[in-house]
Amino acid sequence: MTEPLLKVRGLKIGATAYPPGEKPVAIKIVHGVDFDLEAGKVLGLIGESGAGKSTIGLAAMAYGRGGVEITGGEVWVNGRNILKENLRNLRRLRGAEVTYVSQSAAASFNPAKKIMEQVTEAAIFQNKFTKSEAEARAIELFAKLGLPDPETIGNRYPHQVSGGQLQRCMTALALCPEPDLVVFDEPTTALDVTTQIDVLAAIKEAIVATGVAALYITHDLAVVAQVSDHIMVLQQGDMVEYGTVDQIINHPQEDYTKALVSVRSIDHQEKTPTDTPVLRVENVTARYQGTNFDVLKNINVDIHPGQTLAVVGESGSGKSTLARVITGLLPPSDGQITFDGRVLNPELATRPIEDLREMQMIYQMADTAMNPRQTVGTIIGRPLEFYFGLKGKAKQKRIQELLDEIELGDGFQDRYPAELSGGQKQRVCIARALAAKPKLIICDEVTSALDPLVADGILKLLLNLQKIEDVAYLFITHDLATVRAIADSIAVMYQGKVVRYGPKSQVLAPPFDDYTDLLLSSVPEMKIGWLEETIESRRMESAGN
Amino acid sequence: MKNIPISAMIGLFFTGIYFLMAVFAPWIAPYGMAEVVGDVWEPSSSEFLLGTDSIGRDLLSRMIYGGQTTIFIATAATILSFTLGSVMGFFAAVSGGWVDQTLSRFVDLIMSIPSLIFALVVLSVMPTTVPILILLMGLLDSTRVFRLARAVAVDITVMDYVEAARLRGEKIGWIIFRETLPNALSPLVAEMGLRFIFAVLFVSTLSFLGLGVQPPQADWGGIVKENKEGINYGIQAALYPAYAIATLCISINLVADWILNRTTSLKGGRG
Repeated sequence: MTEPLLKVRGLKIGATAYPPGEKPVAIKIVHGVDFDLEAGKVLGLIGESGAGKSTIGLAAMAYGRGGVEITGGEVWVNGRNILKENLRNLRRLRGAEVTYVSQSAAASFNPAKKIMEQVTEAAIFQNKFTKSEAEARAIELFAKLGLPDPETIGNRYPHQVSGGQLQRCMTALALCPEPDLVVFDEPTTALDVTTQIDVLAAIKEAIVATGVAALYITHDLAVVAQVSDHIMVLQQGDMVEYGTVDQIINHPQEDYTKALVSVRSIDHQEKTPTDTPVLRVENVTARYQGTNFDVLKNINVDIHPGQTLAVVGESGSGKSTLARVITGLLPPSDGQITFDGRVLNPELATRPIEDLREMQMIYQMADTAMNPRQTVGTIIGRPLEFYFGLKGKAKQKRIQELLDEIELGDGFQDRYPAELSGGQKQRVCIARALAAKPKLIICDEVTSALDPLVADGILKLLLNLQKIEDVAYLFITHDLATVRAIADSIAVMYQGKVVRYGPKSQVLAPPFDDYTDLLLSSVPEMKIGWLEETIESRRMESAGN
Repeated sequence: MKNIPISAMIGLFFTGIYFLMAVFAPWIAPYGMAEVVGDVWEPSSSEFLLGTDSIGRDLLSRMIYGGQTTIFIATAATILSFTLGSVMGFFAAVSGGWVDQTLSRFVDLIMSIPSLIFALVVLSVMPTTVPILILLMGLLDSTRVFRLARAVAVDITVMDYVEAARLRGEKIGWIIFRETLPNALSPLVAEMGLRFIFAVLFVSTLSFLGLGVQPPQADWGGIVKENKEGINYGIQAALYPAYAIATLCISINLVADWILNRTTSLKGGRG
């Protein structure tokens, strides 16, 4: 058998944590991982945040980011143990034999230099090509990756192309020096779903065309199933399962893998609309101060008591602006909002306290939605004190009830947000909203920042609470799987307009308008060959092109 | 409090000594503040540990009483400038709009005049008493604190938790003191250490120029002024206040660093 391109044996990675005012602590990130990658094959690394996927990816270039240290094991690339190499030799390796594509292209490109200069830099530096050869190769790659105007796009600056295009430019950058191995670190995670599919297809084509081997890191099993030959499932620095895509997707062995595969399989029966909606948005048009562009154009939607309206759309479609208009943070320039039978004042400052109490909000980033200097008890207790005047024992009792409701239980009242996990933080935010006994909760991308399994837990909790408290949700999201799981009615937004609106069963049933079709078909499915089928049958180009 | 780092220990020790000496000056000082006890510029001896000054007063006693005056004025001015500056800074950041503009431009106006010149002009028309000095220094320094507090608060007021508080219907007082202040404390504490030292230097400068603390009351700047001629004859008297200011400066900042480290922790300082 020939020697594999990349051979990892007993890889151990650690780091040092510096809690303020205390002695540094050594923590282990990866505890002994083995795998092989043959030339021209793609291995998907999958796991939740903290699983060590990116750390393993970077170890393939013998690099530890920000204080991370490779503490043991061997990493063989092209027959050399690169952990034993000195820095000089590693410079010859990085950017020549192994290259890297990061998650955020926007943060990785130097905004002051033209794209072409950055794409060809490594190839020229490594003496793989002369400047003109490298540029010719870059143009070829731009074309292969489906970028518009491949001849001239390199003359633009990073801010002059869209996010999806920039991510493809970064793939070109990684492929330009003809490496043997590319590490893709969540290359499509930051992109809109309709852009993701294009980038994904471009990356896959480029991998096939250049015959390069790749480590593909992601938290989305459906994505990795499209591009990989093998998949390795990681959990907290340990390998859980390794196999071909077919084995992992269709015949998972371990419980953790099974949970990942069956994520978002919540069964939710659609409720029928009532006669009197709790919130009615009529002909709302809005623009931000100092602009001459309507972010929302003539929006009409209803939310019924105890039901969920999901607002879906890509970034920039106006979803979050709709929430700002409803909460009064941005007064609409036209139209009106009726809440529980009364017309709401457009300005937040002029709304009576009852209106504020009955409409609560949960944010995407639980980290920034809670004051880091307040304990959980203070965070949840403040609305109780503020709206209901609860004090002392009565307040404590109610806080504990709320904590029980969000399935956190005892011992959380005196903790600070920094002492909670991501899912726990979001639960506390839910409790804070519930504390006000609202009729409507606006959920702005509440699960987007969470790992799939944790997000599932939050969605189940929200559905459960809806049954108990009879609260309505306005659920803003870009994730259609979430919508399927919890919505009763759906509004699809595109460029500030509602393009499709109605009960879930109607919105998700054909015939579709072009945009909804694009949106629905772009959601990766856990099926081998889905990507090719979908690209074939597309009717509309995504906005990223 | 068990694991105080060594640097903070040193800082606490010296800061403690200076403040204790300031508080208990009348009991510690071997002689009276303005008492002439010996010859002019006597060298140090067992009788006069640091020697005597330009008119034969005990220099150690002068230093101790001078420390009392200087530290008192600097502390009072720092407290005034921080209370006023940070509250106004937060108020400007949280209110935004024309309130912010008016306050910020007014502060710019004051800051465009060099503070020493400003102080000299004011003190030349006002009586130079200790309350006036404190008030003047506090007000001048509060413009610097305002700038910092506003800059820090502007970053905080865009956070979701402040928006959440606004959506809840909270009044400005809660947003300033409960949402903003605890998160702005770290940079303000760090600044406080620096500002205190600048206040010590500022009051010393004014006294040196003759517009600060008036004789016969002792203060560190005044001691330099009274003994500056001695330097020509190799007499150290004028340098002792400089040593005192330098050590106080370093130790205060060592303490400020330590407090800063403790307050940065988001787990309530308990790990």
